[in-house]
Amino acid sequence: MPVAPENDAVPAAASRVPVDPDAGGRALPVPVLRSSAATDVALIATFAAFVAVCALLPSIAVPNLAVPITLQTFGVMLAGVVLGPRRGSLAVLLYLAVGLAGLPVFAQGTGGLAVLGKPSLGYLLAFPLAAGLAGLLVGRARSLPTRWLPVAIFGACAAGSLLLTHPIGISVMGARLGMGVQEAIAAGATFLPGDVLKNVLVAVVATAVFRAFPDLLQRRP
Amino acid sequence: MIELAGATVTAYTGTGHGGQQEILTILHPVTCTLVEQRVAVIGANGSGKSTLARLVNGLVLPSAGTVTVNGLDTLTHGAAVRRQVGFVFTDPDAQLVMPTAVEDIGLSLHRLDLSAAERDERARAALARFGLGDRAEVPVHALSGGQKQLLALAGVLATEPAVLVCDEPTTLLDLRWRSTVDTLLEGLDQQVLLVTHDLEAAARADRVLVVDEARVVFDGDPRQGVATYRDLMAVHR
Amino acid sequence: MSRRQDRHQRPAWSGPLGLYASGTTWLHRLGPGAKSVGLAVVGLLVLVVRGPWGAVLLLAAVTVAAASAGLRRRNVLRSLLPILVTAGVVGLYQWWQRGPAIAVEVAAGLVTVVLAACVVTATTRSDHLLDALGRALAPLRHVGLPPRTVALSVALMIRSVPALLATAGQVRDAARARGLERSPRALLVPAAVRTVARARSTGEALAARGLGD
Ligand SMILES: Nc1ncnc2c1ncn2[C@@H]1O[C@H](COP(=O)(O)OP(=O)(O)OP(=O)(O)O)[C@@H](O)[C@H]1O
Ligand SMILES: [Mg+2]
Repeated sequence: MPVAPENDAVPAAASRVPVDPDAGGRALPVPVLRSSAATDVALIATFAAFVAVCALLPSIAVPNLAVPITLQTFGVMLAGVVLGPRRGSLAVLLYLAVGLAGLPVFAQGTGGLAVLGKPSLGYLLAFPLAAGLAGLLVGRARSLPTRWLPVAIFGACAAGSLLLTHPIGISVMGARLGMGVQEAIAAGATFLPGDVLKNVLVAVVATAVFRAFPDLLQRRP
Repeated sequence: MIELAGATVTAYTGTGHGGQQEILTILHPVTCTLVEQRVAVIGANGSGKSTLARLVNGLVLPSAGTVTVNGLDTLTHGAAVRRQVGFVFTDPDAQLVMPTAVEDIGLSLHRLDLSAAERDERARAALARFGLGDRAEVPVHALSGGQKQLLALAGVLATEPAVLVCDEPTTLLDLRWRSTVDTLLEGLDQQVLLVTHDLEAAARADRVLVVDEARVVFDGDPRQGVATYRDLMAVHR
Repeated sequence: MSRRQDRHQRPAWSGPLGLYASGTTWLHRLGPGAKSVGLAVVGLLVLVVRGPWGAVLLLAAVTVAAASAGLRRRNVLRSLLPILVTAGVVGLYQWWQRGPAIAVEVAAGLVTVVLAACVVTATTRSDHLLDALGRALAPLRHVGLPPRTVALSVALMIRSVPALLATAGQVRDAARARGLERSPRALLVPAAVRTVARARSTGEALAARGLGD
């Protein structure tokens, strides 16, 4: 008797159905995947924690670069790229909410509402948007040949930082410090080289993650 | 009662060329009705034991055939099945989800519709039963491996499931914690499906399934099952 | 950076209690919702009030409130140090560019908001603040985000931070054992892969416990 699957059970679309020699040449049944809200919650919460760990780890001193880079934006962009726009931005929002509530998850083990008063507030506010944009763009690029994937990921992250993180971050900083447009842009530009480096890292790491978990690239709810 | 009727599991194996996915059978059709109190599942690494265990509470869904627990189909009534079937994983670290022990057990109790005070009281009683009474407020990450496994077990049992499925619950434990957990499992009233590499524990069960290369190759008497498994592995005393 | 240095630089994760300092003053007793609204009002006033005198007056008012919360002066100064430095630098720069009035207004504004926020954080337990956040987000259940799920995510994240910090340590030791400790790739790839694997098994465990069905 055929049964109607529960709404959380979706038969995944088969792109090719191989034949099982053991089953007397019959086609193999298609796997039934359990799409689960629980797994989404776990991915969001764990990646929020991953961003926190990235922000807490000591910053990396890079030769030929004036400012040492922290991995916070690396974690943010990786969450967007790996989880996709919805879960990625929710993970970053959760990270921000927990940090604002006073848990020490921001850079240098700080936390609390104090970041709301700091000139760098705009960068934090832009994070969920940038992660979402990067995740969206990577989803669009998933049908590209595998060897182009890192390039596509880098492009998606660069779009996130150039279109959202830096404009929003620089505007808020300029407003809070009473600076003119050019002064603010000049001050914000010091972060750009570190940013390029971090986006390269995201491309390398996310490509490896997609190799280990191919379904993360296929199913991006 | 656990019933598998031609239950088959297939899975996608990575991406082939051009993003196409290949399908592989990771459990060939299994048909059996398990009514015994203690059922053990043994087999080599990668043979399909965990897949079989996960079928029973609907974490893995059959690609063909059906799996029912006390008459509930895992495909159509997954949530109801999971309310009846408790599941203990090998690695306790991943299944403890709350910051402290008492909160973690309280979370399991959420679906029983108790008041907050009752929930807290029940959680502390469960902790005391497993010798963790003084660890209630300790952060979970500060517990030892054995304590974490006991806590995971306490969290699962606090909801009083009808069936308990354990996937190698003692593999990561030292000798002392292992015998503690073994004794605990053997004393339970529930039906227990135990996946294990411990052949002595398997021999004490009421029924043994031997899994090899994605097939159930033996189903029956524990001593005979263990002997079959030893033959398969060509390990003789 | 030498190995020894980096072991010491890693900030200790101070756990779920956060940056709260216990006490019984009126600010401690005031609800987290009211305090958040108060903070928002301070933030708005800083934006609206023009001129150095208004800015200094606002800073004085917030300082009085901070004093009434009975906080340890040393702790407050420590949390304020970064913003004091920033305010000093920016103040000097603006004095030189735009004169003393703007300099005082900008610098006082920065310190005011951060001080007010520090007071709220130090007088409110973070679990209460998160509960208040959960209540504020309760209407989201109409778009499929039940409050219980929000609370579960928060707890799960707090639980995962120390576990992932431990993972980061293991990954670094493994990389060091192979002489790869200076390669960001050898550190970050395994850390990210393990994070996903951990999330997967946590998701399975949540489903197995009937949460999120
Ligand atoms: N989702 C999946 N996708 C692809 N292959 C899978 C999947 N799940 C399991 N497999 C494969 O199915 C086989 C059986 O896995 P399973 O985890 O059931 O083994 P096991 O008997 O529990 O082994 P162990 O003793 O090592 O725990 C393995 O070869 C595994 O790689
Ligand atoms: Mg297994």
